[in-house]
Amino acid sequence: MTIAGTKVRVEDKLYQNRYLVDSGRPHIIVRPHDKPSANLLALTYVCPAKCYELNDKGQVEITADGCMECGTCRILCEKGGDIEWNYPRGGFGVLFKFG
Amino acid sequence: MIEQFDAIVVGAGMSGNAAAYTLASQGLKVLQLERGEYPGSKNVQGAIMYANMLEKIIPDFRDDAPLERHLVEQRLWVMDDTSHTGIHYRSDDFNEAKPNRYTIIRAQFDKWFSRKVREAGATVLCETTATELVRDGNGKVIGVRTDRAGGVVFANVVVLAEGVSGLLGTRAGLREMPKPETVAIAVKEMHFLPEEVIGQRFGVKGDEGCVIEAVGTISRSMAGLGFLYTNKESISLGIGCLVSDFAATMESPSALLDAMKNHPSIRPLIAGSEVKEYAAHLIPEGGYRAIPQLFGDGWVIVGDAAQLNNAIHREGSNLAMTSGRVAAEAIIKVKSRNGPMTKANLALYKTMLDDSFVIKDLKKYKDMPALLHTNSSNFFDSYPRLMSHAAQTFMRVDGTPKIEKEKNTTAAFINARSRWGLVSDAVRLALAWR
Repeated sequence: MTIAGTKVRVEDKLYQNRYLVDSGRPHIIVRPHDKPSANLLALTYVCPAKCYELNDKGQVEITADGCMECGTCRILCEKGGDIEWNYPRGGFGVLFKFG
Repeated sequence: MIEQFDAIVVGAGMSGNAAAYTLASQGLKVLQLERGEYPGSKNVQGAIMYANMLEKIIPDFRDDAPLERHLVEQRLWVMDDTSHTGIHYRSDDFNEAKPNRYTIIRAQFDKWFSRKVREAGATVLCETTATELVRDGNGKVIGVRTDRAGGVVFANVVVLAEGVSGLLGTRAGLREMPKPETVAIAVKEMHFLPEEVIGQRFGVKGDEGCVIEAVGTISRSMAGLGFLYTNKESISLGIGCLVSDFAATMESPSALLDAMKNHPSIRPLIAGSEVKEYAAHLIPEGGYRAIPQLFGDGWVIVGDAAQLNNAIHREGSNLAMTSGRVAAEAIIKVKSRNGPMTKANLALYKTMLDDSFVIKDLKKYKDMPALLHTNSSNFFDSYPRLMSHAAQTFMRVDGTPKIEKEKNTTAAFINARSRWGLVSDAVRLALAWR
Protein backbone atom coordinates (compact mmCIF):
# COMPACT_ATOMS: atom_id res chain seq x y z
CA MET A 1 0.00 0.00 0.00
CA THR A 2 1.43 3.36 -0.98
CA ILE A 3 1.26 6.53 1.07
CA ALA A 4 -0.42 8.20 -1.89
CA GLY A 5 -3.12 5.54 -1.81
CA THR A 6 -3.72 6.18 1.87
CA LYS A 7 -3.85 9.92 1.32
CA VAL A 8 -6.56 9.72 -1.28
CA ARG A 9 -8.68 7.66 1.05
CA VAL A 10 -8.28 10.11 3.92
CA GLU A 11 -9.34 12.95 1.64
CA ASP A 12 -12.38 10.90 0.70
CA LYS A 13 -13.16 10.41 4.37
CA LEU A 14 -12.83 14.13 5.11
CA TYR A 15 -15.12 14.91 2.20
CA GLN A 16 -18.00 13.63 4.37
CA ASN A 17 -17.26 16.16 7.10
CA ARG A 18 -18.51 19.71 7.51
CA TYR A 19 -16.00 22.54 7.90
CA LEU A 20 -16.09 26.29 8.07
CA VAL A 21 -12.58 27.19 6.91
CA ASP A 22 -11.13 30.46 8.24
CA SER A 23 -9.47 31.41 4.93
CA GLY A 24 -6.00 32.85 5.25
CA ARG A 25 -5.88 32.26 9.02
CA PRO A 26 -4.58 28.74 9.60
CA HIS A 27 -4.76 27.77 13.28
CA ILE A 28 -1.61 25.65 13.11
CA ILE A 29 1.71 26.83 11.71
CA VAL A 30 4.82 24.73 11.10
CA ARG A 31 7.94 26.65 12.11
CA PRO A 32 10.48 27.00 9.27
CA HIS A 33 13.07 24.21 9.39
CA ASP A 34 15.74 22.59 7.26
CA LYS A 35 15.21 19.05 8.44
CA PRO A 36 12.12 17.92 10.36
CA SER A 37 12.47 16.46 13.86
CA ALA A 38 11.44 12.83 14.34
CA ASN A 39 8.10 13.86 15.86
CA LEU A 40 7.36 16.38 13.12
CA LEU A 41 8.15 13.76 10.50
CA ALA A 42 5.89 11.29 12.33
CA LEU A 43 2.95 13.66 11.82
CA THR A 44 3.03 12.90 8.10
CA TYR A 45 1.77 9.45 9.14
CA VAL A 46 0.08 9.99 12.49
CA CYS A 47 -2.15 13.01 11.78
CA PRO A 48 -5.56 11.35 11.29
CA ALA A 49 -6.52 13.96 8.70
CA LYS A 50 -3.19 13.75 6.85
CA CYS A 51 -2.78 17.52 7.13
CA TYR A 52 1.01 17.19 7.23
CA GLU A 53 3.00 16.40 4.10
CA LEU A 54 6.62 16.33 3.05
CA ASN A 55 7.55 18.78 0.30
CA ASP A 56 10.22 18.05 -2.29
CA LYS A 57 12.88 19.69 -0.09
CA GLY A 58 12.20 17.18 2.65
CA GLN A 59 10.45 19.72 4.87
CA VAL A 60 7.08 19.19 6.52
CA GLU A 61 4.22 21.45 5.43
CA ILE A 62 0.70 21.72 6.75
CA THR A 63 -2.63 22.32 5.08
CA ALA A 64 -4.97 22.65 8.04
CA ASP A 65 -8.28 22.85 6.14
CA GLY A 66 -9.21 19.23 6.90
CA CYS A 67 -8.03 19.36 10.52
CA MET A 68 -10.36 17.65 12.99
CA GLU A 69 -8.78 19.57 15.90
CA CYS A 70 -7.81 16.38 17.73
CA GLY A 71 -4.59 17.83 19.15
CA THR A 72 -2.28 14.91 18.28
CA CYS A 73 0.22 17.23 16.61
CA ARG A 74 0.11 19.57 19.58
CA ILE A 75 0.93 16.67 21.93
CA LEU A 76 3.85 15.57 19.78
CA CYS A 77 5.29 18.83 18.52
CA GLU A 78 4.25 21.96 20.43
CA LYS A 79 6.68 21.54 23.30
CA GLY A 80 9.66 21.05 21.00
CA GLY A 81 8.74 24.20 19.09
CA ASP A 82 8.08 22.46 15.76
CA ILE A 83 4.62 23.95 15.47
CA GLU A 84 2.53 26.81 16.75
CA TRP A 85 -0.84 25.48 17.77
CA ASN A 86 -4.14 27.20 18.41
CA TYR A 87 -7.79 26.36 18.15
CA PRO A 88 -9.56 28.02 15.20
CA ARG A 89 -11.44 31.23 15.93
CA GLY A 90 -14.86 30.66 17.48
CA GLY A 91 -17.29 29.06 15.05
CA PHE A 92 -14.62 28.09 12.51
CA GLY A 93 -13.04 24.73 11.84
CA VAL A 94 -14.63 21.29 11.89
CA LEU A 95 -18.35 21.05 12.63
CA PHE A 96 -19.19 17.52 13.64
CA LYS A 97 -22.69 16.43 12.62
CA PHE A 98 -22.54 13.33 14.82
CA GLY A 99 -19.30 13.44 16.79
CA MET B 1 -19.63 48.08 31.87
CA ILE B 2 -17.86 45.02 33.16
CA GLU B 3 -20.16 42.13 33.84
CA GLN B 4 -19.17 39.88 36.70
CA PHE B 5 -20.34 36.27 36.84
CA ASP B 6 -20.40 33.87 39.74
CA ALA B 7 -18.79 31.27 37.49
CA ILE B 8 -17.49 30.92 33.96
CA VAL B 9 -17.51 27.41 32.54
CA VAL B 10 -15.08 26.90 29.65
CA GLY B 11 -16.43 24.23 27.31
CA ALA B 12 -19.81 22.64 26.62
CA GLY B 13 -18.95 18.97 26.69
CA MET B 14 -20.12 16.49 29.31
CA SER B 15 -18.22 17.95 32.26
CA GLY B 16 -18.91 21.58 31.32
CA ASN B 17 -22.61 21.00 30.81
CA ALA B 18 -22.88 19.09 34.08
CA ALA B 19 -21.12 21.92 35.93
CA ALA B 20 -23.03 24.75 34.23
CA TYR B 21 -26.38 23.02 34.76
CA THR B 22 -25.72 22.31 38.44
CA LEU B 23 -24.48 25.85 39.12
CA ALA B 24 -27.27 27.59 37.21
CA SER B 25 -30.04 25.47 38.68
CA GLN B 26 -28.90 26.61 42.14
CA GLY B 27 -29.32 30.21 41.06
CA LEU B 28 -25.70 31.11 40.35
CA LYS B 29 -24.98 33.56 37.57
CA VAL B 30 -23.19 31.38 35.02
CA LEU B 31 -21.51 32.10 31.70
CA GLN B 32 -20.55 29.12 29.57
CA LEU B 33 -18.14 29.52 26.65
CA GLU B 34 -18.12 27.14 23.69
CA ARG B 35 -15.92 27.56 20.64
CA GLY B 36 -18.14 25.47 18.35
CA GLU B 37 -20.98 26.79 16.23
CA TYR B 38 -23.31 24.77 18.48
CA PRO B 39 -22.62 22.69 21.58
CA GLY B 40 -21.43 19.30 20.38
CA SER B 41 -19.95 20.49 17.11
CA LYS B 42 -16.41 19.96 18.47
CA ASN B 43 -17.13 16.94 20.65
CA VAL B 44 -16.38 13.33 19.80
CA GLN B 45 -17.17 10.20 21.78
CA GLY B 46 -17.85 6.51 20.99
CA ALA B 47 -20.40 6.90 22.56
CA ILE B 48 -21.87 5.09 25.55
CA MET B 49 -23.69 7.14 28.19
CA TYR B 50 -24.21 5.82 31.70
CA ALA B 51 -27.63 6.66 33.08
CA ASN B 52 -26.80 6.75 36.79
CA MET B 53 -24.44 9.71 36.50
CA LEU B 54 -26.85 11.72 34.37
CA GLU B 55 -29.77 10.86 36.69
CA LYS B 56 -27.87 12.55 39.49
CA ILE B 57 -27.97 15.76 37.42
CA ILE B 58 -31.19 15.50 35.40
CA PRO B 59 -33.29 12.71 36.97
CA ASP B 60 -35.97 12.65 34.24
CA PHE B 61 -33.54 12.84 31.30
CA ARG B 62 -35.24 9.87 29.62
CA ASP B 63 -38.29 12.03 28.88
CA ASP B 64 -36.62 14.00 26.13
CA ALA B 65 -32.89 13.22 25.79
CA PRO B 66 -31.86 11.89 22.36
CA LEU B 67 -30.91 8.31 23.23
CA GLU B 68 -30.06 5.74 20.58
CA ARG B 69 -30.23 2.20 22.03
CA HIS B 70 -30.04 0.77 25.52
CA LEU B 71 -27.39 -1.91 25.78
CA VAL B 72 -28.33 -5.52 26.40
CA GLU B 73 -25.20 -7.18 25.10
CA GLN B 74 -21.48 -6.59 25.39
CA ARG B 75 -18.84 -8.52 23.50
CA LEU B 76 -15.13 -8.43 24.18
CA TRP B 77 -13.16 -9.79 21.27
CA VAL B 78 -9.51 -10.79 21.27
CA MET B 79 -8.47 -10.75 17.63
CA ASP B 80 -5.76 -12.09 15.43
CA ASP B 81 -5.60 -11.45 11.70
CA THR B 82 -8.38 -13.85 10.72
CA SER B 83 -10.22 -14.72 13.94
CA HIS B 84 -11.71 -13.46 17.13
CA THR B 85 -12.08 -15.16 20.49
CA GLY B 86 -15.02 -13.65 22.32
CA ILE B 87 -16.43 -13.22 25.76
CA HIS B 88 -20.05 -12.19 25.38
CA TYR B 89 -22.48 -11.12 28.02
CA ARG B 90 -26.13 -10.61 27.20
CA SER B 91 -28.94 -10.28 29.65
CA ASP B 92 -32.66 -9.65 29.40
CA ASP B 93 -32.26 -7.98 32.80
CA PHE B 94 -30.91 -4.97 30.91
CA ASN B 95 -34.38 -4.58 29.37
CA GLU B 96 -35.61 -2.62 32.37
CA ALA B 97 -37.84 0.38 32.88
CA LYS B 98 -34.82 2.59 33.45
CA PRO B 99 -31.95 1.07 31.49
CA ASN B 100 -28.41 1.42 32.75
CA ARG B 101 -26.47 2.30 29.58
CA TYR B 102 -27.33 3.86 26.26
CA THR B 103 -25.55 4.58 23.03
CA ILE B 104 -25.77 8.25 22.10
CA ILE B 105 -24.66 10.53 19.26
CA ARG B 106 -22.78 13.35 20.91
CA ALA B 107 -23.64 16.24 18.58
CA GLN B 108 -27.33 15.53 19.22
CA PHE B 109 -27.01 14.71 22.89
CA ASP B 110 -24.91 17.79 23.62
CA LYS B 111 -27.45 20.08 21.95
CA TRP B 112 -30.09 18.63 24.26
CA PHE B 113 -27.88 18.95 27.34
CA SER B 114 -27.06 22.54 26.41
CA ARG B 115 -30.74 23.38 26.08
CA LYS B 116 -31.20 22.12 29.66
CA VAL B 117 -28.28 24.31 30.75
CA ARG B 118 -29.91 27.39 29.19
CA GLU B 119 -33.30 26.49 30.67
CA ALA B 120 -31.61 26.31 34.07
CA GLY B 121 -30.61 29.94 33.59
CA ALA B 122 -27.01 29.91 32.35
CA THR B 123 -25.84 32.15 29.53
CA VAL B 124 -24.30 29.98 26.81
CA LEU B 125 -22.02 31.78 24.39
CA CYS B 126 -21.12 29.70 21.32
CA GLU B 127 -18.61 30.51 18.56
CA THR B 128 -16.33 31.90 21.25
CA THR B 129 -12.85 30.50 21.71
CA ALA B 130 -11.35 31.08 25.14
CA THR B 131 -7.74 32.06 24.58
CA GLU B 132 -6.28 32.87 27.98
CA LEU B 133 -6.99 32.96 31.70
CA VAL B 134 -6.93 36.40 33.27
CA ARG B 135 -5.25 36.61 36.69
CA ASP B 136 -4.86 39.35 39.25
CA GLY B 137 -1.59 40.51 40.81
CA ASN B 138 -1.63 37.61 43.25
CA GLY B 139 -2.08 35.01 40.54
CA LYS B 140 -5.75 34.37 41.34
CA VAL B 141 -7.79 33.52 38.25
CA ILE B 142 -10.39 36.27 37.82
CA GLY B 143 -11.62 35.79 34.28
CA VAL B 144 -11.16 34.54 30.75
CA ARG B 145 -9.97 36.26 27.60
CA THR B 146 -11.87 35.25 24.46
CA ASP B 147 -11.45 35.87 20.76
CA ARG B 148 -14.48 38.17 20.65
CA ALA B 149 -13.92 41.92 20.33
CA GLY B 150 -13.29 43.32 23.81
CA GLY B 151 -13.68 39.79 24.91
CA VAL B 152 -12.61 39.62 28.54
CA VAL B 153 -15.18 38.20 30.94
CA PHE B 154 -14.85 38.06 34.71
CA ALA B 155 -16.04 35.63 37.36
CA ASN B 156 -15.37 34.55 40.93
CA VAL B 157 -14.41 31.10 39.73
CA VAL B 158 -13.53 29.52 36.38
CA VAL B 159 -14.43 25.90 35.69
CA LEU B 160 -11.99 24.50 33.15
CA ALA B 161 -14.02 21.96 31.21
CA GLU B 162 -11.94 22.53 28.11
CA GLY B 163 -11.25 18.96 27.17
CA VAL B 164 -8.12 16.88 26.87
CA SER B 165 -6.30 19.35 24.64
CA GLY B 166 -7.62 22.51 26.27
CA LEU B 167 -5.44 25.57 25.89
CA LEU B 168 -6.10 27.60 29.02
CA GLY B 169 -4.91 25.29 31.76
CA THR B 170 -1.74 24.29 29.94
CA ARG B 171 -0.88 27.87 28.88
CA ALA B 172 -1.39 29.20 32.39
CA GLY B 173 0.78 26.43 33.79
CA LEU B 174 -2.06 25.01 35.89
CA ARG B 175 -1.52 21.63 34.31
CA GLU B 176 1.06 20.05 32.07
CA MET B 177 0.44 19.21 28.46
CA PRO B 178 -0.58 15.55 28.28
CA LYS B 179 2.40 13.43 27.29
CA PRO B 180 2.27 11.26 24.14
CA GLU B 181 2.24 8.15 26.34
CA THR B 182 -0.75 9.35 28.39
CA VAL B 183 -3.15 10.03 25.52
CA ALA B 184 -4.59 7.89 22.77
CA ILE B 185 -5.70 9.14 19.39
CA ALA B 186 -8.94 7.50 18.32
CA VAL B 187 -10.54 7.70 14.89
CA LYS B 188 -14.13 6.84 14.22
CA GLU B 189 -16.57 6.52 11.33
CA MET B 190 -20.35 6.70 11.37
CA HIS B 191 -21.75 3.86 9.28
CA PHE B 192 -25.41 4.22 8.42
CA LEU B 193 -27.64 1.18 7.91
CA PRO B 194 -31.40 0.66 8.14
CA GLU B 195 -32.63 0.03 11.68
CA GLU B 196 -33.91 -3.47 10.86
CA VAL B 197 -30.58 -4.49 9.29
CA ILE B 198 -28.78 -3.55 12.49
CA GLY B 199 -31.38 -5.53 14.44
CA GLN B 200 -30.80 -8.62 12.29
CA ARG B 201 -27.01 -8.45 12.28
CA PHE B 202 -26.69 -8.03 16.03
CA GLY B 203 -29.68 -10.08 17.11
CA VAL B 204 -31.41 -7.20 18.83
CA LYS B 205 -34.97 -5.88 18.60
CA GLY B 206 -36.50 -2.47 19.10
CA ASP B 207 -34.23 -0.17 21.03
CA GLU B 208 -31.92 -2.94 22.23
CA GLY B 209 -28.27 -2.37 21.46
CA CYS B 210 -25.00 -4.24 21.34
CA VAL B 211 -21.41 -3.24 21.95
CA ILE B 212 -18.28 -4.89 20.61
CA GLU B 213 -14.87 -3.95 21.97
CA ALA B 214 -11.82 -5.55 20.44
CA VAL B 215 -8.17 -5.85 21.29
CA GLY B 216 -5.46 -7.69 19.42
CA THR B 217 -3.61 -7.53 16.16
CA ILE B 218 -5.93 -4.79 14.86
CA SER B 219 -3.75 -2.37 16.83
CA ARG B 220 -0.53 -3.71 15.25
CA SER B 221 1.31 -4.28 18.53
CA MET B 222 0.36 -0.84 19.87
CA ALA B 223 -1.63 -0.37 23.07
CA GLY B 224 -5.10 0.16 21.66
CA LEU B 225 -8.75 -0.75 21.42
CA GLY B 226 -11.25 -1.09 18.61
CA PHE B 227 -14.95 -0.54 19.17
CA LEU B 228 -18.26 -0.97 17.45
CA TYR B 229 -21.39 0.54 19.00
CA THR B 230 -24.89 0.14 17.60
CA ASN B 231 -26.98 3.28 17.32
CA LYS B 232 -30.56 3.31 16.06
CA GLU B 233 -29.72 3.70 12.38
CA SER B 234 -25.97 3.74 12.44
CA ILE B 235 -22.89 2.00 13.76
CA SER B 236 -20.07 3.93 15.40
CA LEU B 237 -16.87 2.14 14.47
CA GLY B 238 -13.46 3.20 15.62
CA ILE B 239 -10.04 2.40 16.95
CA GLY B 240 -7.59 4.24 19.17
CA CYS B 241 -3.98 3.70 20.22
CA LEU B 242 -1.46 5.66 22.26
CA VAL B 243 -0.01 8.69 20.51
CA SER B 244 3.49 7.62 21.60
CA ASP B 245 2.97 4.22 19.96
CA PHE B 246 1.77 5.81 16.72
CA ALA B 247 4.79 8.13 16.69
CA ALA B 248 7.19 5.24 17.29
CA THR B 249 5.67 2.92 14.68
CA MET B 250 4.69 5.63 12.16
CA GLU B 251 1.39 3.87 11.64
CA SER B 252 -1.51 5.88 10.31
CA PRO B 253 -4.76 5.93 12.32
CA SER B 254 -6.91 6.02 9.21
CA ALA B 255 -5.10 3.02 7.71
CA LEU B 256 -5.60 1.14 10.99
CA LEU B 257 -9.32 1.88 10.88
CA ASP B 258 -9.56 0.73 7.28
CA ALA B 259 -7.76 -2.52 8.11
CA MET B 260 -10.10 -3.12 11.05
CA LYS B 261 -13.12 -2.58 8.77
CA ASN B 262 -11.72 -5.25 6.48
CA HIS B 263 -11.22 -7.82 9.23
CA PRO B 264 -13.34 -10.88 8.36
CA SER B 265 -15.11 -10.66 11.74
CA ILE B 266 -16.06 -6.98 11.28
CA ARG B 267 -16.64 -6.65 7.54
CA PRO B 268 -20.01 -8.46 7.39
CA LEU B 269 -21.37 -6.35 10.25
CA ILE B 270 -20.96 -3.09 8.33
CA ALA B 271 -21.42 -4.39 4.77
CA GLY B 272 -23.40 -2.01 2.56
CA SER B 273 -23.25 0.87 5.03
CA GLU B 274 -23.01 4.51 4.07
CA VAL B 275 -20.28 6.43 5.91
CA LYS B 276 -21.39 9.94 6.79
CA GLU B 277 -18.59 11.21 9.03
CA TYR B 278 -14.98 10.62 9.95
CA ALA B 279 -13.87 11.98 13.31
CA ALA B 280 -10.77 11.97 15.47
CA HIS B 281 -10.25 12.75 19.13
CA LEU B 282 -7.69 12.36 21.89
CA ILE B 283 -8.54 10.19 24.90
CA PRO B 284 -6.79 10.62 28.27
CA GLU B 285 -5.13 7.30 29.14
CA GLY B 286 -2.71 8.17 31.90
CA GLY B 287 -5.08 7.23 34.70
CA TYR B 288 -4.62 8.17 38.35
CA ARG B 289 -0.95 9.09 38.05
CA ALA B 290 -1.67 11.60 35.26
CA ILE B 291 -4.33 13.59 37.17
CA PRO B 292 -3.13 17.19 37.52
CA GLN B 293 -3.72 19.60 40.39
CA LEU B 294 -7.53 19.91 40.37
CA PHE B 295 -8.09 23.29 41.99
CA GLY B 296 -6.43 26.61 42.78
CA ASP B 297 -7.19 30.24 43.48
CA GLY B 298 -10.26 30.96 41.39
CA TRP B 299 -10.26 27.79 39.31
CA VAL B 300 -11.16 24.12 39.20
CA ILE B 301 -10.51 21.61 36.44
CA VAL B 302 -12.92 18.82 35.44
CA GLY B 303 -13.48 16.02 32.92
CA ASP B 304 -10.98 15.07 30.21
CA ALA B 305 -8.96 18.23 30.96
CA ALA B 306 -8.24 16.62 34.33
CA GLN B 307 -7.42 13.24 32.69
CA LEU B 308 -10.47 11.73 34.44
CA ASN B 309 -10.92 8.73 32.20
CA ASN B 310 -11.04 5.07 33.18
CA ALA B 311 -9.33 3.40 30.24
CA ILE B 312 -9.75 -0.12 31.64
CA HIS B 313 -13.54 0.17 31.79
CA ARG B 314 -13.75 2.59 28.87
CA GLU B 315 -15.62 5.08 31.02
CA GLY B 316 -15.04 8.74 30.39
CA SER B 317 -18.22 10.74 30.01
CA ASN B 318 -19.59 9.55 33.34
CA LEU B 319 -16.42 10.62 35.13
CA ALA B 320 -16.67 13.91 33.25
CA MET B 321 -20.30 14.48 34.24
CA THR B 322 -19.62 13.51 37.83
CA SER B 323 -16.55 15.71 38.20
CA GLY B 324 -18.47 18.64 36.67
CA ARG B 325 -21.36 18.12 39.05
CA VAL B 326 -19.13 17.64 42.10
CA ALA B 327 -17.07 20.75 41.27
CA ALA B 328 -20.28 22.75 40.95
CA GLU B 329 -21.59 21.42 44.26
CA ALA B 330 -18.33 22.37 45.96
CA ILE B 331 -18.53 25.89 44.49
CA ILE B 332 -22.15 26.19 45.63
CA LYS B 333 -21.15 25.14 49.15
CA VAL B 334 -18.32 27.66 49.31
CA LYS B 335 -20.62 30.40 48.03
CA SER B 336 -23.41 29.47 50.44
CA ARG B 337 -21.17 30.21 53.39
CA ASN B 338 -20.00 33.43 51.72
CA GLY B 339 -16.50 32.06 51.29
CA PRO B 340 -14.16 33.44 48.64
CA MET B 341 -13.16 31.10 45.78
CA THR B 342 -9.68 30.55 47.14
CA LYS B 343 -7.48 27.51 46.75
CA ALA B 344 -8.11 26.59 50.39
CA ASN B 345 -11.88 26.72 49.97
CA LEU B 346 -11.97 25.01 46.57
CA ALA B 347 -10.00 22.10 48.02
CA LEU B 348 -13.48 20.93 48.96
CA TYR B 349 -13.92 19.85 45.32
CA LYS B 350 -11.02 17.41 45.58
CA THR B 351 -12.19 16.12 48.96
CA MET B 352 -15.62 15.41 47.50
CA LEU B 353 -14.20 13.88 44.29
CA ASP B 354 -11.80 11.67 46.28
CA ASP B 355 -14.83 10.28 48.04
CA SER B 356 -16.59 9.40 44.76
CA PHE B 357 -16.21 6.48 42.37
CA VAL B 358 -14.23 8.76 40.04
CA ILE B 359 -11.02 8.84 42.04
CA LYS B 360 -11.60 5.49 43.77
CA ASP B 361 -11.83 3.69 40.42
CA LEU B 362 -8.84 5.48 38.93
CA LYS B 363 -6.80 4.73 42.03
CA LYS B 364 -7.67 1.04 41.80
CA TYR B 365 -6.13 0.83 38.33
CA LYS B 366 -3.26 3.26 38.92
CA ASP B 367 -0.63 0.77 37.70
CA MET B 368 -2.53 -0.58 34.70
CA PRO B 369 -1.57 2.11 32.16
CA ALA B 370 2.15 1.61 32.78
CA LEU B 371 1.82 -2.18 32.58
CA LEU B 372 -0.17 -2.23 29.33
CA HIS B 373 1.77 0.58 27.71
CA THR B 374 5.21 -0.86 28.36
CA ASN B 375 4.27 -4.39 27.32
CA SER B 376 1.99 -3.59 24.43
CA SER B 377 3.44 -6.07 21.96
CA ASN B 378 2.80 -8.93 24.42
CA PHE B 379 -0.69 -7.92 25.46
CA PHE B 380 -1.88 -6.66 22.08
CA ASP B 381 -0.09 -9.02 19.71
CA SER B 382 1.58 -12.15 21.15
CA TYR B 383 -1.19 -13.20 23.54
CA PRO B 384 -4.05 -12.56 21.09
CA ARG B 385 -2.27 -14.70 18.47
CA LEU B 386 -1.59 -17.45 21.02
CA MET B 387 -5.17 -17.37 22.23
CA SER B 388 -6.53 -17.70 18.74
CA HIS B 389 -4.10 -20.48 17.92
CA ALA B 390 -5.08 -22.36 21.09
CA ALA B 391 -8.80 -22.02 20.37
CA GLN B 392 -8.40 -23.15 16.79
CA THR B 393 -6.25 -26.12 17.78
CA PHE B 394 -8.88 -27.09 20.34
CA MET B 395 -11.75 -26.90 17.87
CA ARG B 396 -10.20 -28.25 14.69
CA VAL B 397 -10.67 -32.02 14.45
CA ASP B 398 -7.85 -33.50 12.40
CA GLY B 399 -6.86 -36.82 13.95
CA THR B 400 -4.11 -35.32 16.13
CA PRO B 401 -4.36 -36.90 19.60
CA LYS B 402 -5.69 -34.39 22.15
CA ILE B 403 -2.67 -34.84 24.44
CA GLU B 404 -0.39 -33.81 21.60
CA LYS B 405 -2.55 -30.74 20.88
CA GLU B 406 -2.34 -29.65 24.49
CA LYS B 407 1.43 -30.08 24.51
CA ASN B 408 1.73 -28.02 21.33
CA THR B 409 -0.40 -25.23 22.75
CA THR B 410 1.57 -25.10 25.99
CA ALA B 411 4.82 -25.14 24.03
CA ALA B 412 3.60 -22.25 21.86
CA PHE B 413 2.95 -20.09 24.94
CA ILE B 414 6.34 -20.95 26.47
CA ASN B 415 8.14 -20.33 23.18
CA ALA B 416 6.54 -16.94 22.84
CA ARG B 417 7.00 -15.63 26.36
CA SER B 418 9.11 -18.20 28.31
CA ARG B 419 7.87 -19.74 31.57
CA TRP B 420 9.24 -16.85 33.55
CA GLY B 421 7.65 -14.29 31.20
CA LEU B 422 4.23 -15.95 31.49
CA VAL B 423 4.36 -16.06 35.27
CA SER B 424 5.63 -12.51 35.57
CA ASP B 425 2.98 -11.17 33.14
CA ALA B 426 0.28 -12.91 35.16
CA VAL B 427 1.62 -11.63 38.49
CA ARG B 428 2.05 -8.07 37.24
CA LEU B 429 -1.44 -8.09 35.74
CA ALA B 430 -2.94 -9.40 38.97
CA LEU B 431 -1.10 -6.81 41.05
CA ALA B 432 -2.10 -3.95 38.78
CA TRP B 433 -5.72 -5.08 38.72
CA ARG B 434 -6.00 -5.56 42.48
